Parts: sequence; C-alpha cells; structure tokens
Amino acid sequence: MSLLKPLHTLLIANRGEIACRIMRTARSLGMRTVAVHSDIDTDARHVHEADIAISLGGRKPGESYLCIDKIIAAAKSSGAQAIHPGYGFLSENAAFARAIEEAGLLFLGPPASAIESMGSKSAAKTLMGNAGVPLVPGYHGEDQTLETFRQAAEQIGYPVLLKAAAGGGGKGMKIVEQEADLSDALASAQREAQSAFGDARMLVEKYVLKPRHVEIQVFADQHGHCLYLNERDCSIQRRHQKVIEEAPAPGLSPALRKAMGEAAVRAAQAIGYVGAGTVEFLLDGRGEFFFMEMNTRLQVEHPVTEAITGLDLVAWQIRTARGEALPITQEQVPLVGHAMEVRLYAEDPYNDFLPATGTLHLYQEPTSGPGRRIDSGVIEGDTISPFYDPMLAKIIAWGESREEARLRLLAMLEQTQVGGLRTNLAFLKRLLAHSDFARAELDTGFIPRYRDELLPTPPAYDDSFWQAAAQGWLASEPLTARADDPYAPWEVLKGWRTGLPNRQALTLTCNEEMQRVSWDGKDRNVKAQRREDTLYLEWNGETHTVTRFDPLMAATFKTAHSGGLTAPMNGSIVRILVESGQSVETGAPLVVLEAMKMEHTIRAHAPGVVRAILCHEGDMVSEGSTLVEMEANDVAA
Amino acid sequence: MTVLTSQLDTRSPDFLRNHDAMQAQVANLHELLAHIQQGGGPKAQERHTSRGKLLVRDRIDHLLDLGSPFLEVAQLAAYEVYGEDVPAAGVVAGIGRVEGVECMIIANDATVKGGTYYPLTVKKHLRAQAIAKENRLPCIYLVDSGGANLPRQDEVFPDREHFGRIFFNQATMSAQGIPQIAVVMGSCTAGGAYVPAMADETIMVRNQATIFLAGPPLVKAATGEVVTAEELGGADVHCKTSGVADYYAENDEHALALARRCISHLNWHKQGKLQARTPIAPRYSPNELYGVIPADAKQPYDVREVIARLVDGSDFDEFKALFGPTLVCGFAHLYGYPIAILANNGILFAEAAQKGAHFIELACQRGIPLVFLQNITGFMVGQKYEAGGIAKHGAKLVTAVACAQVPKFTVIIGGSFGAGNYGMCGRAYDPRFLWMWPNARIAVMGGEQAAGVLVQVKREQTERTGGTLGAEEEAAIKEPILAQYEHQGHPYYSSARLWDDGVIDPAQTRDVLALAISAALNAPIEPTRFGVFRM
Repeated sequence: MSLLKPLHTLLIANRGEIACRIMRTARSLGMRTVAVHSDIDTDARHVHEADIAISLGGRKPGESYLCIDKIIAAAKSSGAQAIHPGYGFLSENAAFARAIEEAGLLFLGPPASAIESMGSKSAAKTLMGNAGVPLVPGYHGEDQTLETFRQAAEQIGYPVLLKAAAGGGGKGMKIVEQEADLSDALASAQREAQSAFGDARMLVEKYVLKPRHVEIQVFADQHGHCLYLNERDCSIQRRHQKVIEEAPAPGLSPALRKAMGEAAVRAAQAIGYVGAGTVEFLLDGRGEFFFMEMNTRLQVEHPVTEAITGLDLVAWQIRTARGEALPITQEQVPLVGHAMEVRLYAEDPYNDFLPATGTLHLYQEPTSGPGRRIDSGVIEGDTISPFYDPMLAKIIAWGESREEARLRLLAMLEQTQVGGLRTNLAFLKRLLAHSDFARAELDTGFIPRYRDELLPTPPAYDDSFWQAAAQGWLASEPLTARADDPYAPWEVLKGWRTGLPNRQALTLTCNEEMQRVSWDGKDRNVKAQRREDTLYLEWNGETHTVTRFDPLMAATFKTAHSGGLTAPMNGSIVRILVESGQSVETGAPLVVLEAMKMEHTIRAHAPGVVRAILCHEGDMVSEGSTLVEMEANDVAA
Repeated sequence: MTVLTSQLDTRSPDFLRNHDAMQAQVANLHELLAHIQQGGGPKAQERHTSRGKLLVRDRIDHLLDLGSPFLEVAQLAAYEVYGEDVPAAGVVAGIGRVEGVECMIIANDATVKGGTYYPLTVKKHLRAQAIAKENRLPCIYLVDSGGANLPRQDEVFPDREHFGRIFFNQATMSAQGIPQIAVVMGSCTAGGAYVPAMADETIMVRNQATIFLAGPPLVKAATGEVVTAEELGGADVHCKTSGVADYYAENDEHALALARRCISHLNWHKQGKLQARTPIAPRYSPNELYGVIPADAKQPYDVREVIARLVDGSDFDEFKALFGPTLVCGFAHLYGYPIAILANNGILFAEAAQKGAHFIELACQRGIPLVFLQNITGFMVGQKYEAGGIAKHGAKLVTAVACAQVPKFTVIIGGSFGAGNYGMCGRAYDPRFLWMWPNARIAVMGGEQAAGVLVQVKREQTERTGGTLGAEEEAAIKEPILAQYEHQGHPYYSSARLWDDGVIDPAQTRDVLALAISAALNAPIEPTRFGVFRM
C-alpha cells in the first residue's frame, strides 16, 4: 500500500449549505477547513463555520467564486492540500480541476478529462451511445445555426427541448412547442447559457412526455471499481429545477434498478470516472429509460442517498480522491427505508417562482431528531442577495417507509418558519400533502398539472385572520417594566378596564391592507413569531408579514405614488430595448433585467410613450427602483 | 408570616346564596356601566364618527400603551341626577399607561350634550385633576367640548370649585412639574380655550379642532365680522400663525400618537419608594368574595375572609390581634407592594380606636400605604363608653387618619355610617382613592336608626301633650325616612355625586388597589407630622 500524501487542511471553493455540509465531514475527519468568500459573504455562515476564511473579493460569481486563480492562491496561502468544489460554480470546470492538479493540490472530484467528456452534452451523448447507454433522440452537433436546429427539431418532432451544451440546473433550457417559437427560444437560451456558463452552444432533444426523472448515484475509485448507490427520483420539478427528491424511486423494480444502475456504471466507466457522480435518466411510463446527462460532481440531493445507505459521500470523495479503494462491493450497498428531501428556496411561487431577495428576519429550522436532517447555509438575519442561488436549506426526512418519511418531512416543515422574504415553504407543504404525491404518482409534469391546487388563490383576510394577528401581536409585545416600579400591575393586567370587559385594540397592516382589530380575548392556536416590529403569522399555511400601523410614520411619509415601471427584484440591466420618446404598445418589451442568472423582461402595461429611461445597460438596480417612466396614451391625448 | 385560613365552605347553601345576591348586584352594575360606556348613544356616535372623529373610548385606546389597563374614575357621575341622561357626566377620566408612564386622562365625550360642562362634569374634571395632583400624574386632556353648560352657568362658573379651578389646577400642577398635555380634537370654545392655551404642550387636529375665545356667532354679534370656525381658530391658524398650539395632526390617530410622543420625552421618574417583592396571587380567589359577604347586611362575618382574598398569598401579619378585636390591623403585600390594612370587624370601641391610631403611626413611620376596608356602623354609644372617653379615643383615630401622609386607599365594603366614616378614612380625609362595593351603604346613620330617632322625638312630643303614638303613625314617620335613606345611601347615589371614585366589582378590588398604589407611587411618600393626640 502506497503512502498517502498528508491531507489535513481542506479548502471548500463554494458557499452556502454545501460549503457547510462539506466542512462538517472534514471536521469530523479531523481536518482544518478553509472557506473562501466574496465581499458580500463576509459574514456568511460558511465563513463563520470555517477555521480559516479567505476573501476572494467581488460580488458576482465571476468576480469571486469563479476566479480559479484567486482560489488556488487562497489554498496555497492557507496551507490547504485539497479543494472541494461543492456543486455549481467551478464544480464541473475541467480547467479548474486541471489548475488544481498543476498547483500540486488535490481536487476532490473526477479527473479533468472526465469532466470534459461530460461537459459538452453533445459529445457526451455520442460517447454514451457508443458505451451502450440508451439515449433520447436529438441533435448534439457543433453547427449552431437556427436552420440546423429547425431541421433537427422537425426530424425529432415537436415538442423539443433546447439545452445548453455546457450547462445543467435548468439554466439555458427551453421547451419549444412549435416551430414558430424556435427562433426566439433559441436566442434567449443562448444568452442564458452564455451568461451562466460562458458557452452559448445548444443542443436539441425530443421532449419525452410524462417522464420521471430518475438518477443513479455512482461512485468510482482509482482502481477501476465503480458502484451504483441506488437511485433518486427527482420528478417533482418546476422550471426544470428539482423541488422534491427521494430515494429509492417509488415503484422501481429491483430489475430496473439493476439495469439503470449498470447502465450508469457503464457511463461512468466509459469516461474513466473517479469519485461521486450522477447519471440522470428520463424514465417513461413503460419502464424505458434514456440517458440525459451525467453530473460530474456531488449533487444537491445527495443526502437522500446518504440517508438510505448510511454512507457519507463527502468522506468517500475524500478517500477515493486520495487513492483509497471503495470499501464495499455492489452487493454490500445498503438500501434501508426511504428518504425524502425538499429544497427551501427564497422565491415567490405566485410570481413564477421568481427568486426573492431580502433579509431573513425570521428563520427557524425544525428541531433535530431521529430521521431528521437539515442542511442549511443561512442563519436568521442573513441577507439573501441576487448574486447567488437563493436556496436556503435542504430539509431531509428518513422513514421506514415512504409514507413515514413523507409525514416526518411534513412535520418538519410545519416547524419551519421563515419571514422577511417570500419562500416556497407553503408550496412545499402543499406538495407533500397532495394526495397524488402521497400515492407516489410522480412525473415531471406534476407541478404544472396541479398548479391550481398547489398555488391556490390566497383567501381574503377575514376576521379570523385579524384576530389571530392581534393575538399574536399582543402575546409577543415586549414588556416595558419600569426600573422604579418593576412589578407594576400595569404590565400584567392586559387590557383591564374598571367594571367593563377587557379591551385591547390595535391597528394592524398586512399586505397593504389595514384593519383596526379589537381582540376578542379568545385564545386561538396561533403560530406566530415576532421579530422587532414585525409579526410573522402563519395562516392558511402561508407566512404573513404583519406590522402595526404607525400614525407618525404614515404622516411623515405621505409620498406620491410613482407611475414608473420598476425592477421586480435586484439585478443587472442586460439590455434596453426602447428609446425615450418612443411609442409602445401594451406588452412591448422595454428593458431586460438579469437576476439570479435568469432574464426578466419588463414590458409596457399600457400603450403609451416612453418618457424617460432611468437605467443604463450594465447597471445594478435594486428591487422597486424605477427603470422606465411611461406616459399612457389616454393621458397624452 | 401568617397565612390566613378560610373557615368558609364555598359549597354551603349560605355561601351560594350570598354569592347569588352579590352576583346580581354586580351584574346590575356591569349592565349600567356598559350602558354608560355608550355615551350619547348610537345616533350621536354615528354623527361623531361620520366626521372622521374617533369615539372618546377609542381615542383613549389609541392613546394608551397596548394592553395598558385603564383605571377609570367616577363612571357613574351624574347618574340619575339631572332628569336627563348625561352618561359619565360627559367626560371620561381615568389612569392609564402612556409610554410606560401612568397618566391621568381627561377626555370630553362630545356625543354627550356636545361635551358641555354640567356641574358634575366640572366636579369630575376637578376630581380627576385632584387625583393627578396628589399622585403626581401627568395629565392628558382630550378636548372636544362646547364649554360650560349655559343654562346652568350659576352652578358651573363662579365658585371656587367651578370652571375656573380647572385652569388654576393646570397652572399650579405645571408649576409643580406635573406635565399638562392637551390634544384638541374638536371644539374648544371660550373658557375651554384655556385648556390648550395653558397646557405645557398642545396638539391640534386639522379640520376638526378649533380654539377661540368667542365662536363665529359671537364674533358676528360683537363686531359684525363674518368668519368660519376654521379660519377663526383652526389648527392652521394656531400651529402656523398664533402659536397657541405646538403640533399639527392629520387626524385623531396622528394626534394621539403625537401625545404619546410628548409623554415619551418627559424623562419621568416615579418618586414613591416601596420595598416591593414579587407579587403572588391570594390562596383564595378574589371571585369568592361574592360568597363571603352576607346577603343580609345585618349578619356579621369575619373581615379576615375578605383580606384572605385580597392580599398576596393570603398572607396577613396581624398587629395586636388580641386587643381591640373589632378593628383588624395588620401588614400584608398586595401585588408585591407592602400595605397596612385597617378593617372593621364590628363596632368601634375605645381600644380598637387606640390600636388603630397606633397602627397608623407605625405605617407612617415606615412609609407604608394604608388600606381601609370600611364596614362600620359607628363608635360604641352609651353611658359607660362616653364615660370611658370613647370620644377622645375616637378622636385619636380620626387625628391619625387625617394627618397620615402615606397614600391612603379606602374601600367601603359594607356600611359607612356616622363618625365611623371619619375614623375609617372617609372622603373628607383625603384618601387617594375611595371606592364602594355595590352592597355598601353610606349615610350619617342607618335608616332604621334615623327613623327610630325621629319616632322617638315625635313620641316624646306626643306624650308631652298627653297623647300616644300609634303603630300606624309610627310607620308613617318611619317609612319615608327608610325609603329616603335607602335611596340616598345607595352607592349609585353616592357615586353619581362624586362622593367616591366609583362603585367596583368586589372581584376587581385587588386589581383596583394595585393599580392605584402603583399610580400613587408617582408622588413621593412624605413624612407625617401628627397633630395633638388627646390622651
């Protein structure tokens, strides 16, 4: 047995929950941990949890977490011998892997060549086809002209799926239902791909109907062994982003598991894979599966695999990267019980899942316990910026059965409370509670199909809401004991009146509605948390932000309503499509904003004339700032 | 530490009968207070709110800290006095916390006779100011009043304790450093204009508040000038031009928030110091007081049963328990505050009076507030007792009560008759507050005794002329006297005339006392100098 190189300090080239999660294993293995961070992450949780923190500067990923040179310099200066890339950022960047090797450091990922092989989806498909891995019909060529895509799409048959050749995670991905939409979709997808991956190349595939997304976790060592650690079902997706992941895939027969697992191992071996990887398949209703892509990194959803196998995949990554052999054989891979994970996002499900930014004024995770796991990278008070992925936490439950795991996860979500920005928490609860989800009737169209049930029209605030809000507010009102009369009954006898019923009335506001509420004194089961002058009240599954009306503030800020078109979120201006003085029709695109790596088009609400453009291309703008001032036609006339 | 042990069976028929009797009286009180709370009634309220004005009690809610109690005084003022309904005498007064400071709030109810001042409105306003002055409570006036009730000008304007005293009090309280804040939320005419003008800080509501010495009709009559009320004395005039007011409010809510802001800048300290401890509830529920008090007022009972339901932990350390047992004296805590209790447990004898005077001296030496639980038919009479000097012993108690400078609180829990009223700190002895229970009766003597005296006088007259007084004639003398004493001795009659600060639910007595003691601590507890005790 060869002597292993010393490895006592690990740099994690990432942020958020995955950085924290990797550090947890590293610490348990006795290693020192090094965090790197951008300027706005100076106070982030992963920075605080690391033994050493090194600033990369900058804000955007391109200025910070994507800077290979800075990260290698950080590793050198901190004495780290290895770098873990996490997921996203540089995790599937062959140049990064190579740079690390050239610097004499250990990359906790596959060889650069394996990344390259899978990095281009087109090339990967060819490779996989040759290795006998089943493929979806599609065009993966180098010619990127519209005409080529038009012909390919016609040959494959609509609907087709456009994907970034270099990407993953839903960025630069578009479904095209008909030929008329192809041109716009291709252009937009290319822009997104260019922005996200620095590579605009696209491929097109058949869009498989009612498919399930089932992926195989593979693990390979440097000695030619490769295992599959069972599968994960990630069919519950929205906008091609996974929302719920579970393992094993419900209803998957051992035979199919074996077939898919072996195909995945073939895929990994075809590219000389080492370490943790995931081979994603589409599984159709007849049990046929097609290779989609291979992710040459640790997946977001790896905890569900850990839960059913009892393995620590990060520990295995470290061991295989150092040259250790896999400690078990395929027959010894455990599969115990069922695990389920949800991704808690700062986003607005009612606004097309647009990422939400702001401050986590309230953030309370579920309690820990057997079968419960929470992987998070934030704490209360953190700011969620527009620069990075808005995932707050992964909440994972394990149970003897799928149902046990589902109910445990639901109970955990009931304990979770987030306030200060919009999240998908209520949406996740409705998903988990949905009867068809409980029956495991899964496919990737689940969320669009049940959209109305999962995102019901919020009910109007009624008396029960205001009463609950009043009760929550009053119960959380801080005591104001006087030092010169510390036990004064004035604090204790709430709303006391001489010979009359108690009276506690207050004016509350929620979502721009204002109500004078006289609390009826009935003790309701109210779930609410107060943070300073804001009450976060759970009502109908959603968190509502309740504040108390302040007449002084109201009198001070009698500001005139602005008639401009405002930024829906923090982001940067990509393009300005109109000029001052230009007449536009309703729906005309005015400005394109890029935020959270997605493009958002600001459109005219009504026909009119552009009065002024208040931003420039490349500007960073904050949510609510006016971008364009319009004069509606009827006013001008 | 001695914990009182109740001898009462709360499931006995007597207890339940007593309970029901008191319950009925309390229910009647609650019903009456609920009615009074409606002010001028739905029509007047509708007219008031349609102008964008808040009702007086809503104004108070907005003014108070969230959840603050409101210790209201003289709710029954003017009840059945004027032959017309003048609920609460048209002004709501009480103590509540604003920005953590106990304040006296005096708020006109414009739905009641336009908020005009009846004689008892004046008396109530002055009583509220007196409470503020004695206890050093910052005053907040919510002004919305048409001024003096003109048909009754002779009863409200000229005398020492009439309208002018309001401003006298404002000036002298301000001089003592007791803040005076006025919020003008409606009209504030003639003499009333001095309330804001004499306040330390004044807030006015735009388009609602007006301040002027003479309104537009009087101006027109006097000078021929035609001017609108708003031009004459609106918030714009007084905040921008005249300087009569300091803060300009958009509406009632804003005005009340501004008043809160004024209080937040008082830098207020409570000057009374008591060695308070953590409050604990009595071992026996105050609600049981209903069953403690005999439905038949003639039935004796042990007043310790009352004390056990008022004080912390029912813990009562009695002073001289074996001497003068008809006056129970002892130390206890109430909501953590140390108190010294004097409670009647029968008629006052010489020993009881001496003991009471001694005990009051102790309390004053130590700066402990006094609580009088008054249920007294009077001092013992008869040759033996006169010869024993009951008058001089009674005088000792009266002297001690009168001179005591510690805060005094009186609750009339039963009878309050004759000199017993004086010895047990009746209204004339300046208790900080005086309340009555619904079962209490107050008069110079009992109706039976008064009727008996009058019958005796008549009989002697009749017998001097050789006649005799028949049973029928006797009844003819007695009945109207009995009826009069019952009517005038009733707590509602008393409360309507401000002889007390309110009729309270016995179950709220502990809370009322606690709030009052806490409020009283705004003023320093002064040392006492007693007058000459006749030995």
